[in-house]
Amino acid sequence: MSKQETVLSVKNLEVAFNTRGGLVQAVRNVTFDLKAGEALAIVGESGSGKSVTAQTIMRLIPTPPGRINGGTIDFKGQDILKKSEKEMEAIRGKEIGMIFQDPMTSLNPTITIGRQITEVLMKHQNMNNTQAKERAVEMLRLVGLPNPERRFAQYPHEFSGGMRQRAMIAVALSCDPTLLIADEPTTALDVTIQAQILELMKDLQHRLGTSIIMITHDLGIVADMCDRVIVMYAGKVVEEGTKEEIFKNPQHPYTRGLLRSLPRLDQPKDEPLIPIDGTPPNMMHPPKGCAFADRCENAMRICAEQDADVTTHSPTHASRCWMHSAV
Amino acid sequence: MSKSNSNALIQIDGLKKYFNVGDGTLKAVNDLSLNIAKGETVGVVGESGCGKSTAGRTILRLYEPTAGTVLFNGENIYKMNGSKLKAARRNMQMIFQDPYASLNPRWSVESIIAEPFKLHNLAGSRKEMRYKIEQLLDRVGLKPEHADRYPHEFSGGQRQRIGIARALAVDPSFIVCDEPISALDVSIQAQVVNLLKDLQREQGLTYMFIAHDLAMVKHISDRVAVMYLGKMVELAESEALYANPQHPYTKALLSSIPVPDPEIEAKKERIVLKGDIPSPINPPSGCPFRTRCPAATERCASEVPALREVSKGHFAACHYA
Repeated sequence: MSKQETVLSVKNLEVAFNTRGGLVQAVRNVTFDLKAGEALAIVGESGSGKSVTAQTIMRLIPTPPGRINGGTIDFKGQDILKKSEKEMEAIRGKEIGMIFQDPMTSLNPTITIGRQITEVLMKHQNMNNTQAKERAVEMLRLVGLPNPERRFAQYPHEFSGGMRQRAMIAVALSCDPTLLIADEPTTALDVTIQAQILELMKDLQHRLGTSIIMITHDLGIVADMCDRVIVMYAGKVVEEGTKEEIFKNPQHPYTRGLLRSLPRLDQPKDEPLIPIDGTPPNMMHPPKGCAFADRCENAMRICAEQDADVTTHSPTHASRCWMHSAV
Repeated sequence: MSKSNSNALIQIDGLKKYFNVGDGTLKAVNDLSLNIAKGETVGVVGESGCGKSTAGRTILRLYEPTAGTVLFNGENIYKMNGSKLKAARRNMQMIFQDPYASLNPRWSVESIIAEPFKLHNLAGSRKEMRYKIEQLLDRVGLKPEHADRYPHEFSGGQRQRIGIARALAVDPSFIVCDEPISALDVSIQAQVVNLLKDLQREQGLTYMFIAHDLAMVKHISDRVAVMYLGKMVELAESEALYANPQHPYTKALLSSIPVPDPEIEAKKERIVLKGDIPSPINPPSGCPFRTRCPAATERCASEVPALREVSKGHFAACHYA
């Protein structure tokens, strides 16, 4: 696959949830592309819609209470949103793999690790038991588990957190998926283990050419292993750009605020942190205008009334802010 | 470490906390000695299971120690009882990690903050107490009318402010902050850290700040202690620790943290440790870190390295530091 080929194209995606308190508009008009072999980060705080976006791509949103109200998700020329559940089963695990934050809840505790990999292989790759076992042991070795033959027969509770996450990566990658979605894959892990898992993912991406969507709130991880970044706030994409553009030349006040509020190991400690004041809006009643206006130091009158259009700063860099579109 | 530190508010000496578990003894805190000066912030970092939270709780006597002493203003808190212990408890407070689990969901904010007043008989009239509560809410950046609301009406950051107001209610001098920002969104963490720093400046508070976010610990702490498997492996002024780490574990820990700057990340040589953290129930012989240490030798397996001063005020427990 050539480097420039678009693997995934999400357009004007709208997802909402019916809750007891009312309709929560979790994802609002989200549009982005992903190229072959690219690592894309989706950054945002809790409730910004980043995980819902990823789960919608996998069609893992329970409907109801969830509702996909609009948009298209084009994965290698097929519209994911038009697929039946049966057709999705053929895509999930085979063409799109997913790693979740908590490996304990996504691995089945009553089935051996090996069986959880061979099951996927036998379903999607028509392998027989022997072939599947061979491949599963190879996968466990690939993700750096010592003694893969012995590990194959063990249950998830016999694994440490880092080992479980490796096993989950082995499950997700066993069918050579085109796309790997990783939802906060290292948040539950200690930093020295996180470093191991990130190295592993980078290595596999380079070796197998997998495209990655990495959902994270840790901008350090973004700087470490992603090529492009999408910043989400209150269900919308507020800025998009290459890693260099986002870190060196952030355009949206939320992105700037986020970068400024981080303490950094390479800075003297007496520089005060500059927090973003206030809290994110209630998505049951999202503001009429820009959702960040309440917390924005540059907010103008129009920001509260109407949301800004997308302004393009370079072929790869765009943001949604009146400061740029008003000019 | 100098034991005659006269301005030390907290003097921890040989503190041990063991737990009996099914198949052995878990040495959660194994011989910790540390002084915390008045007005100082000592950060404690380490990975899960290193004993940092147990240390914080044992120092407040929320756990009874297995061995060792903690002097608060020169007096051993483990020997105190009755009214003396109660007075000491008033001076030593805690802020918890989970702002959802640490506030009673059925109590209004007023009742939550009023509880320490009542416990320590500082209440006075109802009107007086309400006034004090409103003042506390104001000090932590909330509004007086928030007193009548319930925890579920607040965001994580606001809940953490309520927890801070509760800790401040009895006018303590020492606060153990156990991962106070780990559960908060990035944009909210800086708000809470700035609040803790402001309060420290205004009231001369002394903090023990437990966290795994090394960048935030560096930012808030005067000195930082690094723990591994129940042992303190390094202690230094925070700038010195980050600029010139001595223990191989500290070096690996610092290099593991991704810096939010693509240029630095591209140039960085990361030390990726092999393997997992060993179980604290059967820790390795000799140096606890030797099973993952890239520089371990035979001596490390047989001899426990002592914590020694490698340069002024900079301590490390490594034979080769």
